[in-house]
Amino acid sequence: MALDFNQDFFELFGLQPRFQIDLAKLEQSYRDIQSRVHPDRFAHLSQAERRVSMQWATRANEAYQTLKRPLTRARYLLLLQGVHTQEETNTAMPAEFLMAQLEWREAIQDARSARDGHGLMHLETKLNRDLAEMHEELARLLDAEKNFPAAAETVRKLRFYEKLQHEIGEALESIET
Amino acid sequence: MALLQISEPGMGTAPHEHRLAVGIDLGTTNSLVATVRNGISVVINDEEGRPLLPSVVHYDRGGCAQVGYGAQTLQSQDPHNTIVSVKRFMGRGLKDIEDIGRMPYHFVDAPGMVQIRAACGIRSPVEVSAEILKVLRARGEKALGGELVGAVITVPAYFDDAQRQATKDAAKLAGLNVLRLLNEPTAAAIAYGLDNAAEGIYAVYDLGGGTFDISILRLSQGVFEVLATAGDSALGGDDFDQRVFCWALEKSNLSFVTPHDMRNLLTRAREAKEALTEHGEARMTSVLMGGETIDLTLTGDIFTDITRTLVNKTLVPTRKALRDAGLTVEQVKGVVMVGGATRMPQIQRAVAEFFRQEPLNNLDPEKVVALGAAIQANLLAGNRGADDWLLLDVIPLSLGIETMGGLTEKIIPRNSTIPVARAQEFTTFKDGQAAMSIHVVQGERELVADCRSLARFELKGIPPMVAGAARVRVTFQVDADGLLSVTAQEKASGVEASVAVKPSYGLTDEQITGMLKDSYLHAKEDVHARALREQQVDGQRLLEATQSALEENGEALLSAEERAAIDEEMARLRAALQSDNLKAIKLAVDRLNHATVEFASRRMNASIRQALTGHRIDELAAIGDQPSTKADVNSAASSKP
Repeated sequence: MALDFNQDFFELFGLQPRFQIDLAKLEQSYRDIQSRVHPDRFAHLSQAERRVSMQWATRANEAYQTLKRPLTRARYLLLLQGVHTQEETNTAMPAEFLMAQLEWREAIQDARSARDGHGLMHLETKLNRDLAEMHEELARLLDAEKNFPAAAETVRKLRFYEKLQHEIGEALESIET
Repeated sequence: MALLQISEPGMGTAPHEHRLAVGIDLGTTNSLVATVRNGISVVINDEEGRPLLPSVVHYDRGGCAQVGYGAQTLQSQDPHNTIVSVKRFMGRGLKDIEDIGRMPYHFVDAPGMVQIRAACGIRSPVEVSAEILKVLRARGEKALGGELVGAVITVPAYFDDAQRQATKDAAKLAGLNVLRLLNEPTAAAIAYGLDNAAEGIYAVYDLGGGTFDISILRLSQGVFEVLATAGDSALGGDDFDQRVFCWALEKSNLSFVTPHDMRNLLTRAREAKEALTEHGEARMTSVLMGGETIDLTLTGDIFTDITRTLVNKTLVPTRKALRDAGLTVEQVKGVVMVGGATRMPQIQRAVAEFFRQEPLNNLDPEKVVALGAAIQANLLAGNRGADDWLLLDVIPLSLGIETMGGLTEKIIPRNSTIPVARAQEFTTFKDGQAAMSIHVVQGERELVADCRSLARFELKGIPPMVAGAARVRVTFQVDADGLLSVTAQEKASGVEASVAVKPSYGLTDEQITGMLKDSYLHAKEDVHARALREQQVDGQRLLEATQSALEENGEALLSAEERAAIDEEMARLRAALQSDNLKAIKLAVDRLNHATVEFASRRMNASIRQALTGHRIDELAAIGDQPSTKADVNSAASSKP
């Protein structure tokens, strides 16, 4: 069959394999597919159909979640090119970048200790700006320049930023309770 | 026993046959059953016209269970044997239950889940819940005039795997075919959303008798997408009663009361709380067994004061859910109120203030969950005209495993859309390590000790390798009920060491069968007869489903040979169904299921391809192009909006 589990996530949703995608179209395709494969459509049918439905719905969810978020989308695109982002093993980051990370951490910690909700929100806004810049960089590296090693490094950096985002969320949560 | 209707081979059954299905809201304080009749979801009342069934079970010495209003009247008379709010014990161990000292029951610590010693013996919360479900099932069958195809049972969105599994086991024990476990706020959203043709971001604030859930959903073009959910599975209206009760003791200078008095006072407390919803103040009077008199006046201000922390406790998960959804209060278009406890003016005010808008109360907060569950049950049972909406729900708590140092490694994060599967590789810590212990946990905390332990299992037979060389792949699969199964496999050596676990607190099928047999001792119904009937119904359904699938696209997707193989298994099943041989029917069902696996997957592929084609045609049409072929036009027309 032409359409099967070996098909990549972009094909599944009828999209071109690019970093810059039409999110509205992704969403629409995802919904179209889920409304056909979701287990709720097969609850009254045979075990065989229910099993296939669960596999497909699981796959559609995985594909959608992967393509929806910039970090996972970039990582997946690189994987399709045979480039592993090595986020766990390759920790050789530029000293300047690591210094900036330390400063971020400190600022979050300070705001958390001071129970400064406004300060944390401010940090979040600033972080979101940085994230947007990195997404633009990924679009350039992946779609225009096809510079995959550089894109892999940006993905590694992005991973650090997502951790910061998570930390800000936790800090906000901790001062609310 | 009624004769089973078997249609002529190849004819299928009447296309408009309505399959009987119900939605059940198994609540902490009250339970309800609802169904869709003539396209409208309605709650089924009892013979006296009452919609609610108090979730109270009384056991007598002989083991006979009385459920509902009758049991409620025995509460203060026989507190040890009258079990209220059993939902709080579902899937919980003794140490999980906070105010255990204040409950009149004789608890028995059992692995995984606490049990209760009643006059007739030890009962698990699963069995107690099954008694409630049996009454609702009977109510449904009587009103609908036939056996049910199945039921959708609702659970708090914040229920973990143990609590969900326990609920499913209880339904099985009550003889119900569970079509789906559905999250309560999601059920409410379905009822509300379909009723009001709602579009946009909605919050569902669900404060029940013993649980609190907050869900954030996006409703658009018939899709109900849960973006985030949070809550507290041990916070509800009961806690407000408890606060009033404590206040009353304090005001009357009492420090200890008998279980009988406690029950009695808690009832008075609840009545006072409910009276406050209508009036500015409520009087609370009672004479205790020792002769002490209690005569107090509870004002709205006092009540607000003593329950402020509880109200605030609901806002913490509310903020968390919004943040997880990546949304702000301003983006929420409406707040749907669910659960009897949301009738309290204090709650209404707090929610209005937090969301900066008046909450929506246009559906009865006590019925809306059951109504939504019935709508989904109707869809899942395969009734026609019920397929124009789609529900995408999430898991409430992260799932992970224990790694070195008692830390949690999250494998599936909370708020992942289900069904979901995720695999992760782990390796050995020591040279020559032959086994690996895998500990599955659920929760958000970093330390394993702070999360809920779901299961432990050992992967044995890893061949001798240096530390770090083995590749153990652990796969988590969460199904559409939000239930987890785990498999593990050692890859590097090529040795298949794979194991599937069902978390340990779940009852085994043998245990359920045992309980079922016990219950039939009282019910005078033959277990075997019931199993046979269920298997026959199951077999008949499979035949119908296969038949209609073949009619739809058997010709297009199967070769003559493949078609013949399926026809042969269908004939075998048809023949088996003429007999009363349970095993033969089961075998034929399994064989037919097996024979149609490839056909099912081709059908799915065809359907997905159609979705994509349809989509492309939509786009072409949008820019003014003519659809190219007739077939494409058809597929575009049949694709979902």
